[in-house]
Amino acid sequence: MTAAATPSRRRRLFRSNRRVPPTLFLFPVPALVLYVTFFVIPTLQTFQYSTTNWNGYSADYDVLGLANFQRALTGDLLFTNALTNNLKFMVVVVIGQTFLGLLLAVLLVRNTRTTIFLRALYFFPTILSSVSVGFIWKFVYDPNFGVINSTLGALGLDGLKSPFLGAEGQAIYWLAITQIWFHAGMMVVIFIAGLQAIPAELYEAARVDGASKWRQFRSITWPLIAPAMSIVVAYTTIQSFKAFDIVLSISGNPPSSSLDILSTRIYSSFANAEFGYAATQSVLFIAFIAVITFVFRRFLRLIQGSES
Amino acid sequence: MTGKVSRAAILTIYALIVAVPLVVVLFGSFKTTPEIFANSFAPPGSLNVDNFAEALTNGNLGVAFINSTIITSSSVTVTLFIGSLAAYGISRIPGWRGWTLYGFIVLGMSVPVQANMIPQYVQFGSLGLLDSQIGLILINIVVTLPVAVFIMGGFMRTLPDELYEAADIDGSGPWRTYYRIAVPLSAPSIAATATFLLVMHWNDLLYPLLFISSEDNLTLPLALLRFQGQYLTNYPLLFAGVVLTSIPIVVLYVLLQRFFVAGMTNGAVKG
Repeated sequence: MTAAATPSRRRRLFRSNRRVPPTLFLFPVPALVLYVTFFVIPTLQTFQYSTTNWNGYSADYDVLGLANFQRALTGDLLFTNALTNNLKFMVVVVIGQTFLGLLLAVLLVRNTRTTIFLRALYFFPTILSSVSVGFIWKFVYDPNFGVINSTLGALGLDGLKSPFLGAEGQAIYWLAITQIWFHAGMMVVIFIAGLQAIPAELYEAARVDGASKWRQFRSITWPLIAPAMSIVVAYTTIQSFKAFDIVLSISGNPPSSSLDILSTRIYSSFANAEFGYAATQSVLFIAFIAVITFVFRRFLRLIQGSES
Repeated sequence: MTGKVSRAAILTIYALIVAVPLVVVLFGSFKTTPEIFANSFAPPGSLNVDNFAEALTNGNLGVAFINSTIITSSSVTVTLFIGSLAAYGISRIPGWRGWTLYGFIVLGMSVPVQANMIPQYVQFGSLGLLDSQIGLILINIVVTLPVAVFIMGGFMRTLPDELYEAADIDGSGPWRTYYRIAVPLSAPSIAATATFLLVMHWNDLLYPLLFISSEDNLTLPLALLRFQGQYLTNYPLLFAGVVLTSIPIVVLYVLLQRFFVAGMTNGAVKG
Protein backbone atom coordinates (compact mmCIF):
# COMPACT_ATOMS: atom_id res chain seq x y z
CA MET A 1 0.00 0.00 0.00
CA THR A 2 2.91 2.37 0.54
CA ALA A 3 3.66 2.96 -3.10
CA ALA A 4 6.66 5.09 -3.91
CA ALA A 5 8.08 4.71 -0.44
CA THR A 6 11.76 5.03 -1.25
CA PRO A 7 13.36 7.71 -3.44
CA SER A 8 14.74 5.26 -5.98
CA ARG A 9 11.36 3.62 -6.40
CA ARG A 10 9.67 6.97 -6.70
CA ARG A 11 12.06 7.98 -9.48
CA ARG A 12 11.31 4.81 -11.35
CA LEU A 13 7.57 5.36 -11.05
CA PHE A 14 7.92 8.72 -12.75
CA ARG A 15 8.26 7.44 -16.26
CA SER A 16 11.22 8.97 -18.09
CA ASN A 17 10.32 12.06 -20.04
CA ARG A 18 10.83 10.54 -23.43
CA ARG A 19 8.20 11.10 -26.09
CA VAL A 20 5.19 8.87 -25.89
CA PRO A 21 2.65 8.33 -28.68
CA PRO A 22 0.13 11.20 -28.45
CA THR A 23 -2.74 8.73 -28.84
CA LEU A 24 -1.99 7.57 -25.29
CA PHE A 25 -3.77 10.66 -24.05
CA LEU A 26 -6.99 9.32 -25.57
CA PHE A 27 -7.06 6.26 -23.30
CA PRO A 28 -8.22 8.04 -20.12
CA VAL A 29 -10.82 10.09 -22.01
CA PRO A 30 -13.90 7.81 -21.56
CA ALA A 31 -13.20 7.48 -17.83
CA LEU A 32 -12.58 11.21 -17.45
CA VAL A 33 -15.76 12.17 -19.30
CA LEU A 34 -17.92 9.90 -17.12
CA TYR A 35 -16.09 10.86 -13.93
CA VAL A 36 -16.32 14.60 -14.47
CA THR A 37 -19.92 14.58 -15.73
CA PHE A 38 -21.52 12.23 -13.24
CA PHE A 39 -19.20 12.44 -10.25
CA VAL A 40 -17.20 15.66 -9.99
CA ILE A 41 -19.94 18.03 -11.11
CA PRO A 42 -22.61 16.48 -8.82
CA THR A 43 -20.17 16.72 -5.91
CA LEU A 44 -19.76 20.46 -6.52
CA GLN A 45 -23.53 20.84 -6.94
CA THR A 46 -24.06 19.41 -3.47
CA PHE A 47 -22.36 22.49 -2.07
CA GLN A 48 -24.56 24.70 -4.22
CA TYR A 49 -27.78 22.90 -3.16
CA SER A 50 -26.76 23.10 0.47
CA THR A 51 -27.50 26.81 0.62
CA THR A 52 -31.03 26.51 -0.80
CA ASN A 53 -34.44 25.25 0.22
CA TRP A 54 -35.02 23.40 -3.06
CA ASN A 55 -37.54 20.58 -2.81
CA GLY A 56 -36.30 18.62 -5.82
CA TYR A 57 -39.07 19.31 -8.30
CA SER A 58 -40.28 22.92 -8.33
CA ALA A 59 -38.63 25.32 -10.73
CA ASP A 60 -37.85 27.98 -8.15
CA TYR A 61 -36.25 27.99 -4.74
CA ASP A 62 -34.70 30.50 -2.35
CA VAL A 63 -31.03 30.88 -1.59
CA LEU A 64 -30.81 30.82 2.19
CA GLY A 65 -27.08 31.23 2.65
CA LEU A 66 -25.99 29.48 5.82
CA ALA A 67 -29.45 29.17 7.38
CA ASN A 68 -29.61 25.43 6.65
CA PHE A 69 -26.32 24.90 8.44
CA GLN A 70 -27.58 26.83 11.44
CA ARG A 71 -30.76 24.74 11.43
CA ALA A 72 -28.82 21.46 11.35
CA LEU A 73 -26.35 22.39 14.06
CA THR A 74 -28.59 24.21 16.47
CA GLY A 75 -32.28 23.64 15.80
CA ASP A 76 -32.72 20.12 14.46
CA LEU A 77 -33.05 17.45 17.12
CA LEU A 78 -33.22 14.71 14.49
CA PHE A 79 -29.87 15.75 13.09
CA THR A 80 -28.14 16.12 16.45
CA ASN A 81 -29.60 12.77 17.53
CA ALA A 82 -28.19 11.12 14.37
CA LEU A 83 -24.83 12.79 14.93
CA THR A 84 -24.67 11.64 18.56
CA ASN A 85 -25.65 8.10 17.57
CA ASN A 86 -23.07 8.09 14.80
CA LEU A 87 -20.30 9.22 17.15
CA LYS A 88 -21.17 6.52 19.72
CA PHE A 89 -21.34 3.97 16.93
CA MET A 90 -17.99 5.11 15.54
CA VAL A 91 -16.16 5.00 18.87
CA VAL A 92 -17.30 1.45 19.63
CA VAL A 93 -16.68 0.19 16.10
CA VAL A 94 -13.24 1.76 15.77
CA ILE A 95 -12.00 0.59 19.15
CA GLY A 96 -13.67 -2.81 19.02
CA GLN A 97 -12.79 -3.65 15.46
CA THR A 98 -9.18 -2.47 15.75
CA PHE A 99 -8.41 -4.35 18.93
CA LEU A 100 -10.32 -7.49 18.01
CA GLY A 101 -8.64 -7.44 14.59
CA LEU A 102 -5.21 -7.02 16.11
CA LEU A 103 -5.77 -9.69 18.77
CA LEU A 104 -6.97 -12.26 16.25
CA ALA A 105 -4.18 -11.34 13.82
CA VAL A 106 -1.52 -11.84 16.50
CA LEU A 107 -3.00 -15.28 17.23
CA LEU A 108 -3.23 -16.19 13.54
CA VAL A 109 0.01 -14.73 12.23
CA ARG A 110 1.72 -18.04 11.50
CA ASN A 111 0.69 -19.85 8.31
CA THR A 112 -0.69 -23.26 9.22
CA ARG A 113 -3.65 -25.11 7.84
CA THR A 114 -5.77 -24.17 10.87
CA THR A 115 -4.88 -20.48 10.82
CA ILE A 116 -5.54 -20.21 7.09
CA PHE A 117 -8.93 -21.85 7.55
CA LEU A 118 -9.82 -19.56 10.46
CA ARG A 119 -8.80 -16.45 8.52
CA ALA A 120 -11.11 -17.53 5.69
CA LEU A 121 -13.92 -18.18 8.17
CA TYR A 122 -13.48 -14.83 9.95
CA PHE A 123 -13.40 -13.07 6.58
CA PHE A 124 -16.61 -14.73 5.43
CA PRO A 125 -19.16 -12.17 6.74
CA THR A 126 -17.41 -9.45 4.69
CA ILE A 127 -18.68 -10.94 1.43
CA LEU A 128 -22.33 -10.91 2.50
CA SER A 129 -24.61 -8.01 1.65
CA SER A 130 -25.33 -5.55 4.44
CA VAL A 131 -29.02 -6.29 4.02
CA SER A 132 -28.35 -9.98 4.70
CA VAL A 133 -26.20 -9.18 7.72
CA GLY A 134 -28.95 -6.91 9.03
CA PHE A 135 -31.53 -9.71 8.76
CA ILE A 136 -29.20 -12.29 10.32
CA TRP A 137 -28.60 -10.06 13.32
CA LYS A 138 -32.23 -9.05 13.60
CA PHE A 139 -32.78 -12.68 14.53
CA VAL A 140 -29.64 -12.98 16.68
CA TYR A 141 -31.03 -10.08 18.74
CA ASP A 142 -34.68 -11.20 18.69
CA PRO A 143 -35.79 -10.65 22.30
CA ASN A 144 -37.93 -13.81 22.52
CA PHE A 145 -36.49 -16.42 20.20
CA GLY A 146 -33.15 -14.94 19.17
CA VAL A 147 -29.81 -16.71 19.25
CA ILE A 148 -28.45 -14.83 22.26
CA ASN A 149 -31.49 -14.79 24.51
CA SER A 150 -32.39 -18.42 23.87
CA THR A 151 -28.79 -19.46 24.62
CA LEU A 152 -28.88 -17.47 27.86
CA GLY A 153 -32.21 -19.09 28.71
CA ALA A 154 -30.82 -22.58 28.09
CA LEU A 155 -27.86 -21.81 30.35
CA GLY A 156 -30.21 -20.64 33.09
CA LEU A 157 -28.90 -17.07 32.80
CA ASP A 158 -32.26 -15.40 32.28
CA GLY A 159 -31.08 -12.39 34.24
CA LEU A 160 -28.68 -11.48 31.44
CA LYS A 161 -31.35 -11.45 28.74
CA SER A 162 -31.73 -8.14 26.96
CA PRO A 163 -34.17 -6.51 24.56
CA PHE A 164 -31.05 -5.48 22.55
CA LEU A 165 -32.24 -3.29 19.67
CA GLY A 166 -35.42 -2.56 21.60
CA ALA A 167 -33.48 -0.97 24.45
CA GLU A 168 -33.47 2.68 23.50
CA GLY A 169 -30.21 3.81 25.06
CA GLN A 170 -28.26 0.68 24.09
CA ALA A 171 -29.52 -0.10 20.59
CA ILE A 172 -26.75 1.78 18.81
CA TYR A 173 -24.07 -0.20 20.69
CA TRP A 174 -25.65 -3.50 19.69
CA LEU A 175 -25.63 -2.27 16.13
CA ALA A 176 -21.93 -1.49 16.54
CA ILE A 177 -21.29 -5.11 17.56
CA THR A 178 -23.03 -6.29 14.39
CA GLN A 179 -20.82 -3.97 12.36
CA ILE A 180 -17.70 -5.35 14.08
CA TRP A 181 -18.80 -8.93 13.33
CA PHE A 182 -19.32 -7.87 9.73
CA HIS A 183 -15.87 -6.38 9.08
CA ALA A 184 -13.39 -7.60 11.71
CA GLY A 185 -12.23 -10.41 9.40
CA MET A 186 -10.93 -7.93 6.88
CA MET A 187 -9.00 -6.09 9.59
CA VAL A 188 -7.43 -9.42 10.58
CA VAL A 189 -6.13 -9.80 7.01
CA ILE A 190 -4.67 -6.28 6.99
CA PHE A 191 -3.01 -6.74 10.38
CA ILE A 192 -1.56 -10.12 9.42
CA ALA A 193 0.04 -8.55 6.35
CA GLY A 194 1.52 -5.88 8.62
CA LEU A 195 2.72 -8.41 11.22
CA GLN A 196 4.32 -10.67 8.63
CA ALA A 197 6.34 -7.69 7.35
CA ILE A 198 8.10 -7.36 10.73
CA PRO A 199 11.54 -9.05 10.51
CA ALA A 200 11.67 -12.24 12.60
CA GLU A 201 15.24 -11.41 13.74
CA LEU A 202 13.86 -8.64 15.96
CA TYR A 203 11.88 -11.19 17.99
CA GLU A 204 14.82 -13.57 18.12
CA ALA A 205 17.08 -10.83 19.46
CA ALA A 206 14.44 -9.90 22.02
CA ARG A 207 14.10 -13.53 23.14
CA VAL A 208 17.87 -13.81 23.50
CA ASP A 209 17.72 -10.73 25.71
CA GLY A 210 15.03 -12.45 27.77
CA ALA A 211 12.16 -10.13 26.90
CA SER A 212 8.69 -11.39 27.85
CA LYS A 213 5.92 -11.91 25.27
CA TRP A 214 4.19 -8.77 26.45
CA ARG A 215 7.44 -6.81 26.35
CA GLN A 216 8.07 -8.03 22.78
CA PHE A 217 4.60 -6.89 21.78
CA ARG A 218 5.06 -3.46 23.35
CA SER A 219 8.54 -2.82 22.01
CA ILE A 220 8.49 -4.49 18.60
CA THR A 221 4.99 -5.31 17.36
CA TRP A 222 3.15 -2.20 18.55
CA PRO A 223 5.45 0.44 17.03
CA LEU A 224 6.06 -1.54 13.83
CA ILE A 225 2.38 -2.25 13.24
CA ALA A 226 1.75 1.51 12.95
CA PRO A 227 1.20 1.61 9.16
CA ALA A 228 -1.37 -1.22 9.27
CA MET A 229 -2.95 0.39 12.33
CA SER A 230 -3.47 3.71 10.60
CA ILE A 231 -5.01 1.96 7.59
CA VAL A 232 -7.40 0.04 9.83
CA VAL A 233 -8.40 3.05 11.90
CA ALA A 234 -8.93 5.29 8.87
CA TYR A 235 -10.91 2.62 7.06
CA THR A 236 -13.04 1.76 10.08
CA THR A 237 -13.79 5.40 10.85
CA ILE A 238 -15.00 6.14 7.34
CA GLN A 239 -16.89 2.88 7.20
CA SER A 240 -18.73 3.63 10.44
CA PHE A 241 -20.05 6.79 8.82
CA LYS A 242 -20.86 5.06 5.57
CA ALA A 243 -22.95 2.34 7.23
CA PHE A 244 -26.42 2.65 5.76
CA ASP A 245 -27.84 -0.57 4.34
CA ILE A 246 -27.34 -2.39 7.60
CA VAL A 247 -29.32 0.20 9.57
CA LEU A 248 -32.26 0.03 7.18
CA SER A 249 -32.32 -3.76 7.14
CA ILE A 250 -31.99 -4.25 10.89
CA SER A 251 -34.34 -1.42 11.85
CA GLY A 252 -36.60 -0.72 8.85
CA ASN A 253 -36.98 2.30 6.61
CA PRO A 254 -37.04 4.88 8.11
CA PRO A 255 -35.05 3.49 11.06
CA SER A 256 -36.05 3.99 14.69
CA SER A 257 -34.59 7.16 16.19
CA SER A 258 -32.28 5.17 18.47
CA LEU A 259 -30.57 3.68 15.39
CA ASP A 260 -30.70 6.72 13.10
CA ILE A 261 -27.22 7.79 11.98
CA LEU A 262 -26.08 10.55 9.63
CA SER A 263 -26.30 8.58 6.38
CA THR A 264 -29.85 7.44 7.13
CA ARG A 265 -30.86 10.93 8.28
CA ILE A 266 -29.62 12.44 5.00
CA TYR A 267 -31.57 9.81 3.12
CA SER A 268 -34.74 10.54 5.12
CA SER A 269 -34.47 14.28 4.39
CA PHE A 270 -33.95 13.47 0.74
CA ALA A 271 -36.95 11.10 0.74
CA ASN A 272 -38.96 13.95 2.34
CA ALA A 273 -38.19 16.11 -0.70
CA GLU A 274 -35.91 18.41 1.28
CA PHE A 275 -33.13 18.28 -1.30
CA GLY A 276 -31.49 21.52 -0.18
CA TYR A 277 -31.42 20.60 3.48
CA ALA A 278 -30.30 17.03 2.72
CA ALA A 279 -27.38 18.51 0.78
CA THR A 280 -26.53 20.72 3.77
CA GLN A 281 -26.34 17.64 5.97
CA SER A 282 -24.18 15.94 3.32
CA VAL A 283 -21.72 18.84 3.44
CA LEU A 284 -21.57 18.62 7.23
CA PHE A 285 -21.17 14.86 6.92
CA ILE A 286 -18.13 15.27 4.65
CA ALA A 287 -16.67 17.86 7.03
CA PHE A 288 -17.10 15.57 10.07
CA ILE A 289 -15.40 12.68 8.30
CA ALA A 290 -12.49 14.89 7.24
CA VAL A 291 -11.97 16.34 10.73
CA ILE A 292 -12.31 13.01 12.54
CA THR A 293 -9.96 11.19 10.17
CA PHE A 294 -7.40 13.96 10.62
CA VAL A 295 -7.66 13.89 14.42
CA PHE A 296 -7.37 10.08 14.54
CA ARG A 297 -4.27 10.10 12.37
CA ARG A 298 -2.65 12.68 14.62
CA PHE A 299 -3.62 10.77 17.73
CA LEU A 300 -2.23 7.49 16.38
CA ARG A 301 1.05 9.10 15.44
CA LEU A 302 1.23 10.50 18.95
CA ILE A 303 0.66 7.27 20.87
CA GLN A 304 2.72 5.09 18.60
CA GLY A 305 5.57 7.55 18.14
CA SER A 306 6.07 8.00 21.88
CA GLU A 307 6.60 4.32 22.61
CA SER A 308 9.30 3.41 20.14
CA MET B 1 0.84 -24.04 28.79
CA THR B 2 -1.87 -21.56 29.66
CA GLY B 3 -0.93 -19.36 26.66
CA LYS B 4 -1.76 -22.12 24.23
CA VAL B 5 -5.03 -22.96 25.93
CA SER B 6 -6.24 -19.37 25.99
CA ARG B 7 -5.19 -18.90 22.36
CA ALA B 8 -7.23 -21.93 21.32
CA ALA B 9 -10.14 -20.77 23.47
CA ILE B 10 -10.22 -17.28 21.95
CA LEU B 11 -9.98 -18.59 18.39
CA THR B 12 -12.69 -21.20 18.96
CA ILE B 13 -15.06 -18.77 20.62
CA TYR B 14 -14.70 -16.26 17.82
CA ALA B 15 -15.14 -19.01 15.22
CA LEU B 16 -18.43 -19.90 16.93
CA ILE B 17 -19.51 -16.26 17.05
CA VAL B 18 -18.99 -16.06 13.30
CA ALA B 19 -20.39 -19.45 12.38
CA VAL B 20 -23.40 -19.94 14.68
CA PRO B 21 -25.56 -17.09 13.29
CA LEU B 22 -24.77 -18.25 9.74
CA VAL B 23 -25.68 -21.86 10.49
CA VAL B 24 -28.87 -20.84 12.29
CA VAL B 25 -29.93 -18.85 9.22
CA LEU B 26 -29.06 -21.67 6.83
CA PHE B 27 -30.99 -24.21 8.93
CA GLY B 28 -33.85 -21.77 9.43
CA SER B 29 -34.34 -21.26 5.71
CA PHE B 30 -35.69 -24.85 5.53
CA LYS B 31 -37.93 -24.59 8.61
CA THR B 32 -41.33 -23.20 9.52
CA THR B 33 -41.73 -20.34 11.97
CA PRO B 34 -42.82 -22.62 14.88
CA GLU B 35 -39.82 -24.88 14.22
CA ILE B 36 -37.43 -21.93 14.38
CA PHE B 37 -38.99 -20.61 17.56
CA ALA B 38 -38.94 -24.05 19.19
CA ASN B 39 -35.20 -24.54 18.63
CA SER B 40 -33.30 -22.37 16.19
CA PHE B 41 -30.08 -24.36 16.54
CA ALA B 42 -31.44 -27.76 15.53
CA PRO B 43 -30.90 -28.94 11.96
CA PRO B 44 -34.06 -28.89 9.85
CA GLY B 45 -36.16 -32.07 10.01
CA SER B 46 -36.53 -32.15 6.24
CA LEU B 47 -35.27 -30.21 3.23
CA ASN B 48 -38.50 -28.28 2.82
CA VAL B 49 -38.02 -25.70 0.05
CA ASP B 50 -41.36 -23.87 0.44
CA ASN B 51 -39.62 -20.78 1.79
CA PHE B 52 -37.35 -20.57 -1.23
CA ALA B 53 -40.27 -20.99 -3.60
CA GLU B 54 -42.21 -18.23 -1.90
CA ALA B 55 -39.21 -15.90 -1.79
CA LEU B 56 -38.59 -16.40 -5.50
CA THR B 57 -42.18 -15.83 -6.56
CA ASN B 58 -44.16 -13.66 -4.11
CA GLY B 59 -41.02 -12.04 -2.79
CA ASN B 60 -39.86 -11.09 -6.29
CA LEU B 61 -36.43 -12.60 -5.72
CA GLY B 62 -36.61 -14.53 -9.00
CA VAL B 63 -36.92 -11.34 -11.06
CA ALA B 64 -34.42 -9.59 -8.82
CA PHE B 65 -31.93 -12.42 -9.25
CA ILE B 66 -31.99 -11.98 -13.02
CA ASN B 67 -31.78 -8.18 -12.73
CA SER B 68 -28.88 -8.34 -10.30
CA THR B 69 -27.03 -10.74 -12.59
CA ILE B 70 -27.47 -8.43 -15.60
CA ILE B 71 -26.66 -5.24 -13.70
CA THR B 72 -23.65 -6.63 -11.82
CA SER B 73 -22.05 -8.34 -14.82
CA SER B 74 -22.54 -5.31 -17.09
CA SER B 75 -21.26 -2.87 -14.46
CA VAL B 76 -18.20 -4.98 -13.70
CA THR B 77 -17.32 -5.57 -17.36
CA VAL B 78 -17.64 -1.95 -18.44
CA THR B 79 -15.85 -0.61 -15.37
CA LEU B 80 -12.97 -3.00 -15.95
CA PHE B 81 -12.75 -2.00 -19.60
CA ILE B 82 -12.96 1.78 -19.20
CA GLY B 83 -10.94 1.67 -15.98
CA SER B 84 -8.14 -0.40 -17.46
CA LEU B 85 -7.96 1.86 -20.53
CA ALA B 86 -7.56 4.86 -18.23
CA ALA B 87 -5.14 3.04 -15.93
CA TYR B 88 -3.00 2.04 -18.89
CA GLY B 89 -2.96 5.48 -20.55
CA ILE B 90 -2.28 7.29 -17.30
CA SER B 91 0.44 4.90 -16.21
CA ARG B 92 2.29 5.49 -19.48
CA ILE B 93 1.96 9.28 -19.52
CA PRO B 94 5.28 10.55 -18.19
CA GLY B 95 5.99 13.05 -15.43
CA TRP B 96 3.55 15.25 -13.56
CA ARG B 97 0.78 14.93 -16.14
CA GLY B 98 0.40 11.21 -15.46
CA TRP B 99 0.46 11.73 -11.72
CA THR B 100 -2.03 14.57 -11.85
CA LEU B 101 -4.54 12.55 -13.86
CA TYR B 102 -4.08 9.57 -11.54
CA GLY B 103 -4.51 11.73 -8.43
CA PHE B 104 -7.56 13.50 -9.87
CA ILE B 105 -9.43 10.25 -10.51
CA VAL B 106 -8.26 8.44 -7.37
CA LEU B 107 -9.36 11.41 -5.23
CA GLY B 108 -12.91 10.23 -5.97
CA MET B 109 -12.38 7.27 -3.59
CA SER B 110 -12.38 9.56 -0.58
CA VAL B 111 -15.71 11.12 -1.57
CA PRO B 112 -18.57 9.37 0.25
CA VAL B 113 -21.75 8.50 -1.64
CA GLN B 114 -23.69 11.07 0.36
CA ALA B 115 -21.54 13.82 -1.13
CA ASN B 116 -23.01 13.55 -4.59
CA MET B 117 -26.05 11.28 -4.57
CA ILE B 118 -28.68 14.05 -4.53
CA PRO B 119 -27.41 15.97 -7.59
CA GLN B 120 -26.87 12.59 -9.30
CA TYR B 121 -30.50 11.73 -8.66
CA VAL B 122 -31.58 15.03 -10.21
CA GLN B 123 -29.20 14.59 -13.14
CA PHE B 124 -30.32 11.03 -13.89
CA GLY B 125 -33.94 12.14 -13.57
CA SER B 126 -33.48 14.82 -16.21
CA LEU B 127 -31.82 12.25 -18.50
CA GLY B 128 -34.72 9.82 -18.04
CA LEU B 129 -32.39 7.28 -16.41
CA LEU B 130 -34.22 6.78 -13.12
CA ASP B 131 -35.95 3.44 -12.58
CA SER B 132 -33.91 2.03 -15.44
CA GLN B 133 -31.32 -0.74 -15.45
CA ILE B 134 -29.15 1.27 -17.84
CA GLY B 135 -29.17 4.16 -15.37
CA LEU B 136 -28.19 1.89 -12.51
CA ILE B 137 -25.38 0.35 -14.55
CA LEU B 138 -24.13 3.81 -15.49
CA ILE B 139 -24.06 5.05 -11.90
CA ASN B 140 -22.34 1.84 -10.77
CA ILE B 141 -19.60 2.41 -13.34
CA VAL B 142 -19.15 6.03 -12.36
CA VAL B 143 -18.85 5.45 -8.62
CA THR B 144 -16.38 2.57 -8.93
CA LEU B 145 -14.12 4.02 -11.63
CA PRO B 146 -11.84 5.70 -9.06
CA VAL B 147 -11.15 2.48 -7.15
CA ALA B 148 -10.70 0.52 -10.40
CA VAL B 149 -8.17 3.05 -11.70
CA PHE B 150 -6.49 3.03 -8.28
CA ILE B 151 -5.92 -0.73 -8.15
CA MET B 152 -5.14 -1.35 -11.83
CA GLY B 153 -3.22 1.90 -12.35
CA GLY B 154 -1.13 1.26 -9.26
CA PHE B 155 -0.21 -2.12 -10.69
CA MET B 156 0.45 -0.95 -14.25
CA ARG B 157 2.81 1.74 -12.99
CA THR B 158 5.13 -1.00 -11.81
CA LEU B 159 5.43 -2.54 -15.30
CA PRO B 160 8.92 -1.60 -16.55
CA ASP B 161 9.47 1.14 -19.14
CA GLU B 162 11.64 -1.19 -21.20
CA LEU B 163 8.62 -3.36 -21.91
CA TYR B 164 6.80 -0.50 -23.60
CA GLU B 165 9.95 0.71 -25.35
CA ALA B 166 10.46 -2.73 -26.83
CA ALA B 167 6.84 -2.80 -27.94
CA ASP B 168 7.18 0.64 -29.55
CA ILE B 169 10.34 -0.40 -31.38
CA ASP B 170 8.57 -3.50 -32.68
CA GLY B 171 6.04 -1.14 -34.20
CA SER B 172 3.21 -2.01 -31.80
CA GLY B 173 0.81 0.93 -31.45
CA PRO B 174 -0.55 1.96 -28.01
CA TRP B 175 -3.81 0.08 -28.52
CA ARG B 176 -2.09 -3.13 -29.50
CA THR B 177 0.33 -2.74 -26.60
CA TYR B 178 -2.68 -2.31 -24.32
CA TYR B 179 -4.36 -5.59 -25.14
CA ARG B 180 -1.29 -7.65 -26.01
CA ILE B 181 1.01 -6.58 -23.18
CA ALA B 182 -0.51 -4.37 -20.47
CA VAL B 183 -3.74 -6.32 -19.93
CA PRO B 184 -2.25 -9.85 -19.86
CA LEU B 185 0.57 -8.77 -17.55
CA SER B 186 -1.89 -7.01 -15.23
CA ALA B 187 -4.19 -10.01 -14.98
CA PRO B 188 -3.76 -10.45 -11.20
CA SER B 189 -4.72 -6.85 -10.45
CA ILE B 190 -7.60 -7.02 -12.93
CA ALA B 191 -8.88 -10.18 -11.22
CA ALA B 192 -8.61 -8.51 -7.82
CA THR B 193 -10.49 -5.46 -9.10
CA ALA B 194 -13.13 -7.69 -10.66
CA THR B 195 -13.88 -9.54 -7.42
CA PHE B 196 -14.03 -6.29 -5.48
CA LEU B 197 -16.44 -4.73 -7.99
CA LEU B 198 -18.50 -7.92 -8.14
CA VAL B 199 -19.11 -8.02 -4.40
CA MET B 200 -19.73 -4.30 -4.25
CA HIS B 201 -22.31 -4.15 -7.05
CA TRP B 202 -24.04 -7.39 -6.10
CA ASN B 203 -24.53 -6.23 -2.53
CA ASP B 204 -25.19 -2.53 -3.02
CA LEU B 205 -28.44 -1.17 -1.67
CA LEU B 206 -28.11 2.61 -1.73
CA TYR B 207 -28.23 3.33 -5.47
CA PRO B 208 -31.01 0.82 -6.22
CA LEU B 209 -32.96 2.34 -3.33
CA LEU B 210 -32.45 5.84 -4.73
CA PHE B 211 -32.95 5.06 -8.40
CA ILE B 212 -35.27 2.06 -8.74
CA SER B 213 -38.99 2.19 -8.01
CA SER B 214 -40.82 -0.46 -10.07
CA GLU B 215 -40.94 -4.15 -9.18
CA ASP B 216 -39.64 -5.16 -12.61
CA ASN B 217 -36.32 -3.47 -11.94
CA LEU B 218 -35.64 -4.59 -8.33
CA THR B 219 -32.17 -5.84 -7.48
CA LEU B 220 -31.64 -8.55 -4.85
CA PRO B 221 -30.75 -6.35 -1.87
CA LEU B 222 -33.65 -4.02 -2.66
CA ALA B 223 -36.12 -6.90 -3.05
CA LEU B 224 -34.78 -8.35 0.19
CA LEU B 225 -35.19 -5.05 2.00
CA ARG B 226 -38.84 -4.95 0.92
CA PHE B 227 -39.36 -8.25 2.76
CA GLN B 228 -38.90 -6.27 5.91
CA GLY B 229 -41.99 -4.21 5.37
CA GLN B 230 -44.06 -7.02 3.86
CA TYR B 231 -43.26 -9.97 6.05
CA LEU B 232 -42.05 -8.18 9.18
CA THR B 233 -40.93 -11.14 11.26
CA ASN B 234 -41.48 -14.02 8.91
CA TYR B 235 -38.01 -15.30 9.70
CA PRO B 236 -38.05 -18.44 7.50
CA LEU B 237 -38.76 -16.30 4.47
CA LEU B 238 -36.14 -13.68 5.42
CA PHE B 239 -33.61 -16.48 5.89
CA ALA B 240 -34.43 -18.08 2.54
CA GLY B 241 -33.96 -14.65 0.96
CA VAL B 242 -30.60 -14.22 2.66
CA VAL B 243 -29.45 -17.66 1.52
CA LEU B 244 -30.60 -17.14 -2.09
CA THR B 245 -28.96 -13.73 -2.30
CA SER B 246 -25.69 -15.01 -0.91
CA ILE B 247 -25.32 -18.25 -2.89
CA PRO B 248 -23.52 -16.87 -5.99
CA ILE B 249 -21.01 -14.84 -3.99
CA VAL B 250 -20.40 -17.66 -1.51
CA VAL B 251 -19.74 -20.13 -4.33
CA LEU B 252 -17.28 -17.72 -5.93
CA TYR B 253 -15.65 -17.05 -2.55
CA VAL B 254 -15.04 -20.73 -1.98
CA LEU B 255 -13.59 -21.16 -5.48
CA LEU B 256 -11.58 -17.96 -5.75
CA GLN B 257 -10.84 -17.18 -2.14
CA ARG B 258 -7.38 -15.75 -2.68
CA PHE B 259 -8.62 -13.18 -5.21
CA PHE B 260 -11.47 -12.19 -2.93
CA VAL B 261 -9.32 -11.51 0.07
CA ALA B 262 -6.72 -9.62 -2.00
CA GLY B 263 -9.25 -7.70 -4.08
CA MET B 264 -11.59 -6.70 -1.29
CA THR B 265 -8.81 -5.72 1.06
CA ASN B 266 -7.04 -3.68 -1.63
CA GLY B 267 -10.21 -2.08 -2.81
CA ALA B 268 -11.54 -1.22 0.60
CA VAL B 269 -8.32 0.02 2.11
CA LYS B 270 -7.89 2.83 -0.35
CA GLY B 271 -4.26 3.76 -0.17
